[in-house]
Amino acid sequence: MTQLALVIDLNVCVGCHACVTSCKEWNTSGSAGPLCDERPYEADPTGTFFNRVQTFEIGQYPNSETLHFPKSCLHCEDPPCVPVCPTGASYKRKQDGIVLVDYDKCIGCKYCTWACPYGAREIDEKQKVMKKCTLCVDRIYDMSLPENDRKPSCVKACPTSARLFGDIHDPESVVSLAIREEGGYALMPEWGTQPANHYLPRRKMKLKIHMDELERADNPLKVDGHLPKPAKGESSMDDVSAW
Amino acid sequence: MKPAFSVIFLTTLLGAGQGLFLALFTHQTYALFGLLTMQSAAYYGFGSALALLFLCGGLIASFFHLGRPERAWRSAAKWRTSWLSREVIVLPAFMGVVFLYGMVHVFGYLPEIVTLPSGLIIDLSVVIGALGTLLAFSLFVATGMIYACLRFLREWNSPLTVINYILMGGSSGFILAAFYSATYAPTETDFFVGWAIIITLLAFVGRVASLLRNARLKPKSTMQTAIGVKHPYITQRSMGAMGGTFNTREFFHGKSVTFIRAIKPTFLILAFVAPLALLAMGLFSPALLGVAFVLQYIGLMAERWFFFAQANHPQNLYYQTIG
Repeated sequence: MTQLALVIDLNVCVGCHACVTSCKEWNTSGSAGPLCDERPYEADPTGTFFNRVQTFEIGQYPNSETLHFPKSCLHCEDPPCVPVCPTGASYKRKQDGIVLVDYDKCIGCKYCTWACPYGAREIDEKQKVMKKCTLCVDRIYDMSLPENDRKPSCVKACPTSARLFGDIHDPESVVSLAIREEGGYALMPEWGTQPANHYLPRRKMKLKIHMDELERADNPLKVDGHLPKPAKGESSMDDVSAW
Repeated sequence: MKPAFSVIFLTTLLGAGQGLFLALFTHQTYALFGLLTMQSAAYYGFGSALALLFLCGGLIASFFHLGRPERAWRSAAKWRTSWLSREVIVLPAFMGVVFLYGMVHVFGYLPEIVTLPSGLIIDLSVVIGALGTLLAFSLFVATGMIYACLRFLREWNSPLTVINYILMGGSSGFILAAFYSATYAPTETDFFVGWAIIITLLAFVGRVASLLRNARLKPKSTMQTAIGVKHPYITQRSMGAMGGTFNTREFFHGKSVTFIRAIKPTFLILAFVAPLALLAMGLFSPALLGVAFVLQYIGLMAERWFFFAQANHPQNLYYQTIG
């Protein structure tokens, strides 16, 4: 079984919103129709996005740090939004685990958003159907694109490579390795939704240096006087005699 | 959650319609066993028409909740997993049965289906009525479970949600039946008033129980689990949008704490206390029963508003600061 997913490295994300704009650009231009925007140039612009970058302050001034947190549909392995859909418009693909909405079947009742604890779905206020991240399903299988481009738009756009894409059921994939070796975690594990997308935590690189590493015990400059000094002409041996 | 008026009307109107039908059939069952006098065909017929009127109102209200009402027929598809889909199937079935129940009474088409050993004749209207009772309860369960099955919304995720939908709908319907009887069959009024008082009292207990339960709830999801950072102080600085999103419009009621505090005693008085007092007085002056129904209906709308507003969705953790 395949479960495609994103792994987002919070240690690397700089909060530039390139993934947001790139996602919007790709998904508003597709065959499914535009992602609507309302009042885009007025005081209170609003619109439908699949991906948002949020910013959190961890701690209190002056001991605080900023966390940029990209959030999109997590493509849960046990998606609570799918069984509640009365029409079957929301579904999880068997072949790759992507959770999708069939825009032609959706009646816009919004019940799936009530059932999603992550707020990952947004209604399109013009088309009146529910929309959400598709993992760029219209891109990752497009054989007319070079293989390197068959990735979600956000992944391609990220300037710091904070977003990884792959199959989390394949233990050797780049995403599985990252989750396993870099401490990947899931959001709101308390609900048992088993999100496929994982996040890599902020981690501080710290180098531990001990005093004996600063001062080499076998520093040749300091061995004078410690080792026997054979007379000139006598035999000497490395590390045993002073010369 | 933001209370949607379409859903407030839908659930309150359906509740009154279902309750009225249950009240009428309860009366017929009592009469069948000779505990009350069987009323005229028109009494049951027009009563069913009145119930159907409320059910139609609810059905119409439900369409206002949909973004694409022209595709509403599709929502019957996933009855295996979705309580919403089950409701969509049971509602028209129930309406059909209520229509048939009224029809067989009005046209006097009451062929004998079976005669019990005691000599009791079960005619077609009793069979249809029993089926309608089953469907009325199924509809209450489906409506309640739409909310009770969402485990993230812990204020709703309780058997009390379903029980209260049954009791409040029943109370509303029995008060309506009492008023209807006071107008068309005054001798039967006391029977309905008695049951209405019992059901309204039970509904009051059920609703207070759920209020007490919800007051003690502690949220399972926190800022820490939402973004996976272990720190007691986490503040959102930006939700990633400048002018609000669907997530800020759908999941926040946007009213002040004072408003919420005021609406709780308001609905408790209007939906339970006032109708109970008016029902007791209605035993002597039947016109008050009409007042009781209308007042309680307003109270139930306030109750439903509060029911939605009180539910705190975990997604709100991600949408606290516009910026």
